[in-house]
Amino acid sequence: MSGGHDDESVYDGLTGHDDPRWAFGSGFAESEADIVAPVPDGAEPADLAAYCQMLGDDALVLSHRLTEWVSNAPELEEEVALANIALDLLGQARVLLARAGHVEGAGRDEDDLAYRRDAAGFRCVGLVEPSDELDFARAIARLLMFSTWRLALLARLEGSADPVIAAVAAKGVKEVTYHRDYAARWTLRLGDGTAESHGRMQDGLAWAWPYLDELFRTTDQERRLVAAGVAADPADTRDEVDSVIDQVLERATLTRPDVRPAGTLGGRGGRQGVHTEKLEDALAVMQSLARKHPEATW
Amino acid sequence: MVTGVDARTVVDASTVVDSVPDPEMPMLTLADLGVIRSVTETATPAGVAVRVAITPTYSGCPAIEEMRADIARGLSDAGYGPVEVTTVFSPAWSTDWISEDGRRKLAEAGVAPPGPSPARPSGPIPLTLDLPSHTVRCPQCGSPATEEFSRFGPTACTALRRCTSCQEPFQHMKEI
Repeated sequence: MSGGHDDESVYDGLTGHDDPRWAFGSGFAESEADIVAPVPDGAEPADLAAYCQMLGDDALVLSHRLTEWVSNAPELEEEVALANIALDLLGQARVLLARAGHVEGAGRDEDDLAYRRDAAGFRCVGLVEPSDELDFARAIARLLMFSTWRLALLARLEGSADPVIAAVAAKGVKEVTYHRDYAARWTLRLGDGTAESHGRMQDGLAWAWPYLDELFRTTDQERRLVAAGVAADPADTRDEVDSVIDQVLERATLTRPDVRPAGTLGGRGGRQGVHTEKLEDALAVMQSLARKHPEATW
Repeated sequence: MVTGVDARTVVDASTVVDSVPDPEMPMLTLADLGVIRSVTETATPAGVAVRVAITPTYSGCPAIEEMRADIARGLSDAGYGPVEVTTVFSPAWSTDWISEDGRRKLAEAGVAPPGPSPARPSGPIPLTLDLPSHTVRCPQCGSPATEEFSRFGPTACTALRRCTSCQEPFQHMKEI
């Protein structure tokens, strides 16, 4: 092969490997030793694929919402912090979606699942769906609730019979621990700050709070996977999540909002593909490049 | 151009892999950082094939693709045959895996090295509402009087601190 220098893209030096679709993440699953591990005994592949999508979609969609802060945050440090948290969640999502695609066995990879699925195919909870519309207190309130819940889940999943979920959990516990600390410290500063910051933080909580109940609903797939030692029952995390959030709210002089639960319809929610319309606009932005230029290379 | 069965210029593939610099903190090698999990050589008709397993520091570490490419390039330049670099996630990387040499190089480059990684408690993970109070010495003047002002630095693995003695800001590689 004798590729002349004229043919080379200026980005070649940045990527340094053969897959020109690197920005879409392609090629990841193939180089991933654990993704192809066998499905654990007693677990249905369809259930495991759905469960990996649930955990992956939560992380993917919140990661997208957090990146809306990039170039918009009030201070550079907060921008870097939110972007870093988004990056950790994106990393967790990539492994989980690659695992979901492999276990499903329909030839879909992480990119197909992230960029070429419609909203009804997503399995994320309602909490991650809306844009916080660049209201910092909303971003913090949601992150506090999400990371407290996800940390409780991941801590239980470190012993999962599925080696990919167990590995993501072991790594994720370290990461989500400081995501939660970050959100909790900001909740304190704002809640126990000025009258203005206190009011805004309380409003931020009221905005995110309707989506709290959905986090603890157990799906049929989860119930079967709990029996197989693969999943953690989200209902079991409720006491821990309540206790951590109450501890933060009390020190921050904030109160639990009195608002009606939202995010589910007739008992069905994000886990069943029943979403708020907010997911559609998140996907419209997140998937636009991939859908407009399928298989694009550069 | 690699033509022979054995075109190696360096006898041990591990030596090549270990000396590849980290893309984001080039004062460290990948061996210093502790991300190389295994290096296996196999003689094949196409030359000495090498299989390398690496582990990412953080789930979303964007440098992993670059590490993979740098390892492949380094081995190829040293005359090795087909190279396969896989990523393994378990056990999760810890800053405890950074070598003593690596810690010294970090400090020399003005990055405070990490202390011991916190032990994973059994049961629920406790909330840390106050800033970490353990002592991190200023890499410039050695003073223990430093404070964290952002948990998140320019790369995922560092936090930002400032020294209250010499007033210099610096990065601290945070313990995970």
